[in-house]
Amino acid sequence: MPKIIKNGQVTEDSWQLLALGEDAEVAKADVPAGQWIVPLQLWLAQRDQLKSRSDIGVQIGIDDDIELLAEDYDSLPLLAFDFPAFMDGRGFSAAFLIRDRFAFKGELRASGAFIRDQLCYLQRCGFNAFALSEEDLEAAKDSLSDLQEAYQASADKAPLFRRRG
Amino acid sequence: MYIYDQHDHSILQQRVEQFRQQTERYLAGDLAEEAFLPLRLQNGLYVQRLAPMLRVNVPYGMINSTQLRRVARVARDYDKGYVHISTRQNIQFNWPDLADVPAILAELAEVEMHATQSSGNCIRNTTADQFAGIAEDELLDPRPYCEIIRQWSTLHPEFAFLPRKFKIAVNAAKEDRAASQVHDIGLDLYQNEAGETGFRVRVGGGLGRTPLIGSVVREFLPEQELLSYLDAVLRVYNQKGRRDNKYKARIKILVKAMGPGAFAELVEAEWERIREGYTRLTQDEINRAKSFFTEPAYASYDTAAVENTLTELRTEHSAFDKWLTRNVRQHKKADYASVTLSLKPTGVAPGDVTEKQLEIIADLADEYSFGEARTTHEQNIVLGDVAKDKLFDLWQKAKAAGFATPNIGTLTDIICCPGGDYCSLANAKSIPIAEAIQRRFADMDYLYDLGNLDLNISGCMNACAHHHVGHIGILGVDKKGEEFYQVQLGGNAGNATKLGKVLGPAFDADEIPSVLEKILNIFVDNRHEGEEFLQTYERIGMAPFKERVYAKDH
Repeated sequence: MPKIIKNGQVTEDSWQLLALGEDAEVAKADVPAGQWIVPLQLWLAQRDQLKSRSDIGVQIGIDDDIELLAEDYDSLPLLAFDFPAFMDGRGFSAAFLIRDRFAFKGELRASGAFIRDQLCYLQRCGFNAFALSEEDLEAAKDSLSDLQEAYQASADKAPLFRRRG
Repeated sequence: MYIYDQHDHSILQQRVEQFRQQTERYLAGDLAEEAFLPLRLQNGLYVQRLAPMLRVNVPYGMINSTQLRRVARVARDYDKGYVHISTRQNIQFNWPDLADVPAILAELAEVEMHATQSSGNCIRNTTADQFAGIAEDELLDPRPYCEIIRQWSTLHPEFAFLPRKFKIAVNAAKEDRAASQVHDIGLDLYQNEAGETGFRVRVGGGLGRTPLIGSVVREFLPEQELLSYLDAVLRVYNQKGRRDNKYKARIKILVKAMGPGAFAELVEAEWERIREGYTRLTQDEINRAKSFFTEPAYASYDTAAVENTLTELRTEHSAFDKWLTRNVRQHKKADYASVTLSLKPTGVAPGDVTEKQLEIIADLADEYSFGEARTTHEQNIVLGDVAKDKLFDLWQKAKAAGFATPNIGTLTDIICCPGGDYCSLANAKSIPIAEAIQRRFADMDYLYDLGNLDLNISGCMNACAHHHVGHIGILGVDKKGEEFYQVQLGGNAGNATKLGKVLGPAFDADEIPSVLEKILNIFVDNRHEGEEFLQTYERIGMAPFKERVYAKDH
C-alpha cells in the first residue's frame, strides 16, 4: 500500500484513485466496493447512487469550479485536489475557500505536482493530507513545521495580531 | 521605527533556517533547480549576468543606523564593498556567493532585516513616501499601515505562488510621492468627511510592457477592513489571473480584461463574506502599530535666530545655498528639515553606495536624525529629521563624504536601473547612458535653470526605472543584438500620473546626450515664465520636439 503524509504522520494510504479510460462514460463507469477517489465528472454523473456510500472521495482539478460540490461538502469524507504544476498557486486559494466558505471538515488531500517545500503553506491553507511524490516521506514531513509561527490567519488559526501577548 | 518582538524574531529565524536547509539540499543535489528557483527568489536571490544578486527589503524605506552598519559589514565581508539602492527602496548586493546567502540572511535577521519576498511571484515590499511622517503636506502617517501590510504579506500561505509579482504602495500626502497609481494596488490613506480613517483603493496600475494607471475600485475602505479587502483582491487575482503567458499575468491585465467594475464586484462579493472574520483589524493592533511611529524628541529653537544664521551662511557659501535649495526640504516642524543625500554624483552608478559611505550615513543619522534614515525610490537616502540649526555642520560632513551634490530633483538626479551591466533581463546598458548625460550636463546653473526634471532610464521594458512616468524617459531596446535607446516625453508619477509618449525611432547610445540637449533647447526656447518642462510639453505638445530632434541637418 502506498504511503501518504496525513495529519502530520506518514501512514498507509487506504484510498485508491479510480482511473477512467479516455473513452469511459462517467455515467456508466463501475465504482467497485472499497475506498475510491473518483473524478469530479463521475461524481456529478453518479452522485445520487454514490452519496449513500461513505467510502467515496472526489478528485478535483485546478480548472474545476469548487461550487459544483456545494451540496456535498457536508458529507464527503475526502476531497483530493490535483496540482498540475507546483508554481500554479490557485490550489492554495481553493483550499482556503473549501475550508472557510464551504466549511468542509473531511480530508483535504493535495496530489499532483506540488513540492515538499510547499507543505507548510498548503497545510496552513487547509490541506491535511499530502500524496507527495517523494521517496523519503519521513524527511519531507519535517517541512510541515518549517514555519510554525505566522502573521496571517490560517484555515484553522487566527492571525497573530489576535494572539500577540 | 517598528521594533521586533519575540514573535517577529521567531518568524524571521524560522524563515532563515528554512532557507538554509533548502540551500543545503540544493547544493547537495537533493533539490531540483526548477524547484529551488522560486524558493531562492522568494528569499531575494536572483542569478544575474555575472553573479547572484541578493535584494534585501527596506520596508517602506525605513532603515536605522544599526541596520546601515550591518549592511555595510555584509557588503565588506561577503561582497565587493558596495550596494545599490533600488527603485523599490530596497538594497541590492551584487556579488554574493550562493552558499553564503543563508549566513548573510542570518546576519541581517539579527538587525531585523530580511529578504523575504523581495522577488518572485508573490507580494513584494510595500513602498511609501520617503517623507512619511515628516512631510508638511501629509494627511496621516502611512507607516503604521505599511507595517500592518508588511506583516500580513510576509509568508502569506495563500499568495506565495501568484500568477506574477504583486506590488503595493501607500500614499498619505496631498502630493503622491509613492507613485501609487502605477502599482498593482495603490492605497491613498485619508480621513473621510465623517472623520473616519480609511483608504481609497486603486487596483491594476503598473508599468512594464503594458503600462496602465490603476482604477479606483473602492473610494473608502475603513482602516479596520484593510486586510480583509487585500485578502479579497489577492484571492480573486490568484484564482482568475492569467498563468499562460507571463507578460499577461499581472493583475492590471485581469482588471483591464474584466473591466474595473466587474473586477470590483468579484472582490466586493468575497470581501462581504470575510469582512467580519478574524482578519478584521482590531483597534488594539492599529494602536500597537501606531505606537512605533510616534514623533521623536524634537527640540525647540529660536526660529528667527536659526533662520537668520542660515540666511547669513547662504550668502557666505554659495555651494551651501545651492544644497539648501535642492537637497533640503521643509519638515512639518518649523525648526526641522529633511535632507536628501545625493547618490547621484557624476561617475557613480545612480543609487550605488559604498560600505564606508553607509557607515558615514549611519553616523550622520545618529548625530543628526535620531538614528534613522530612509531610502527613496529615486535611489537616494534621506535623513528625515535634521534640526535646521545643524544643517551647516551636516552639509560639510556630507560634502566630505561625497553626498552633497546639489542635484536633487534636477536632470542629473537620474533614476536608473542596473541595466545590462548587471541584470540578465536587460536589453541594453543604462548606467553608461546616465553617466554620459551627467557629464554632458555638468553645469549646475544650467540644471537649476531647467528646474525640476525627472529623467528615468530603464535597460528594458520591465521598466524598473519607471521610464514611462519620467518627464523624460529613456528605454534601452535590443535590435538584432545591438543596443538602442528610445526616448519618451511627458510622463509623470505624481497626482496627475501620466504615461510618457514615444518621441520616435530609437537612437544609438552616443547620440543620447545630443538628443537630450535638443529636447532641452526646445523647452528653454518655448517655455513661459515659471514653467517647468512638463508644463511646456503639455502646452506645446510633442511635435516641436520631434521636429527638432529628427531634423535632417542634425
